[in-house]
Amino acid sequence: MTSPLIIELSLPGRSGAKLPVPDVPVKDVASLLPAGMVREEPPNLPEVSEVDVVRHYTRLSSLNYGVDTGFYPLGSCTMKYNPKINEDMAALPGFTGLHPYQPEHLAQGALALMYRLERYLCEIAGMDRFTLQPAAGAHGELTGMMIIKAYHEHRGETQRTKVIIPDSAHGTNPATATMVGCETVTIPSNERGGVDLDALRRAVGEDTAGLMLTNPNTLGLFDENIIEVCRIVHEAGGLVYCDGANMNAIMGMARPGDMGFDVVHLNLHKTFGTPHGGGGPGSGPVGVKEFLVPYLPRPLVDRIMDPTGEEKYVLNYEGKHSIGRVKSFYGNFGVMVKAYAYIRTLGARGLKEASEIAVLNANYQKEKLKHTYKLPYDRTCMHEFVLSAKNLKETGVRTLDIAKRLLDYGFHPGTIYFPLIVEEAMMIEPTETESKETLDRFIEALEKIAQEAAENPELVTGAPHTTPVKRLDDVTAARKPVLRW
Amino acid sequence: MIPKNLKYSKEHEWVKEENGIVRVGITDYAQEALGDVVFVELPEVGDSFAAGEAFGSVESVKAVSDCYMPVSGTVKTVNEALLESPELVNEDPYGKGWMIEIEPDNKEELEELMSAAEYEEYLATLEEGDE
Repeated sequence: MTSPLIIELSLPGRSGAKLPVPDVPVKDVASLLPAGMVREEPPNLPEVSEVDVVRHYTRLSSLNYGVDTGFYPLGSCTMKYNPKINEDMAALPGFTGLHPYQPEHLAQGALALMYRLERYLCEIAGMDRFTLQPAAGAHGELTGMMIIKAYHEHRGETQRTKVIIPDSAHGTNPATATMVGCETVTIPSNERGGVDLDALRRAVGEDTAGLMLTNPNTLGLFDENIIEVCRIVHEAGGLVYCDGANMNAIMGMARPGDMGFDVVHLNLHKTFGTPHGGGGPGSGPVGVKEFLVPYLPRPLVDRIMDPTGEEKYVLNYEGKHSIGRVKSFYGNFGVMVKAYAYIRTLGARGLKEASEIAVLNANYQKEKLKHTYKLPYDRTCMHEFVLSAKNLKETGVRTLDIAKRLLDYGFHPGTIYFPLIVEEAMMIEPTETESKETLDRFIEALEKIAQEAAENPELVTGAPHTTPVKRLDDVTAARKPVLRW
Repeated sequence: MIPKNLKYSKEHEWVKEENGIVRVGITDYAQEALGDVVFVELPEVGDSFAAGEAFGSVESVKAVSDCYMPVSGTVKTVNEALLESPELVNEDPYGKGWMIEIEPDNKEELEELMSAAEYEEYLATLEEGDE
């Protein structure tokens, strides 16, 4: 496909608008500014007409692939369809016209929404309070680990600098631990894909700040030993952080707080139906148990009775050991409105059913596909599962090729080469919003690709064939990046 | 491809001892598993690490992986050619793709590493364990 850059469409003198003839005397810019402040060359901007701009960007926008265009089983990302009613609610003028400096008494509706959303998240996660400030999942992780660090420091246990992380963890976990100034200790998974308890027992000690764990984990498996895992860390004096990225599997079924976790972040943009990825922004609220509430960022929204007996919502800035603000103002408020709308639309039963269907869909695809690809951990999975294309290795076809070939079949591929502990990994998360027909079409595509790999491997290794852009040279792009035109 | 004259760690590093200096790189198996290497991060000359500690990292199109010290020691030389040409790790892992040279703290630690035959057996158990 030839799709020129906007700058390549430029013709000298062409423009999208004409400015009126000035009604004041014209002076040369150079005569008004010090010489050092004046550009020597004009900036290299595209000179194009309005229609050029509109057509260029409309054409590019039509190349996007998203949950509104098709199935998007990107493992670990929960790319569910986002109901449009969430957008309608976030677009209500009472919300969009709100200013962050508006006095409390003129923002009672917004504060009530934040207060109630926090209560819902507490109920769903089994926590006592949440901060809604973090702007995304990794930001939530950072906030959570800062809270854990502040807790140990406040108790004078500054030697607690090691964070234990299983080898199946999201890459953001070790990055977060390092960013708060801790050292990471990696422990292996056991043969069932869960935390190796003996390795954990060996790893904990007086230097343990905590354990970061995703449950269900990145293999899509629920750690059956979770209560014991939390007990081991607590006994050593550490805290347990739950990466709530996979909450979509367990809403209304199991709560991180009940499992023994002290801190959890939730991704509103995964689990609670708000846009994700390039369409964000995200929101990664962090919930804690009662004993960590003093460390949460402030302000929190409280509900009080004023002297006249009227209920009102206030921003409470008090927090003895608060780690401070982690985001300007109150977080990504628009996302909160969408998540609130989602929770209210589905209700308690609906959220539970969403998780049930997410798990059912994943198990359906897993059972169908395990005959075609390798299934390294053959257990009932949660909301996602991990296959390996290792069995196709002899054909010369790798996971990357399969992912590219899926584009020809009109699907976004799953997450590939993650988790790192599975060779040639393909991580598939169908979510609850897909019909059986869509699930079947994706299964058929993966089966056909395996057949193609055996009969005509070049068809797969040369894919994609039907997309506007063919196979990209990601190696050269990474080794010799060209970052500007 | 497992050269007989080298020693190996479970983290897939190879070492070669010559005149008291130990040269370290990653094995052919490791580079194959990583895929095309696009960036290599190496320590500074003079840095000291304990055995098992990460001394640098390798980034491929798939993932970033730490490289671990097979034995404790102090970095004497780093292979600066890798900064410009990370592909050497893929093309010649036991030769031009070497990473660092260290002065070991305790030469006895070298004895704990695997021989070529032992490493080959170790790789076979990894493959089996995966079946």
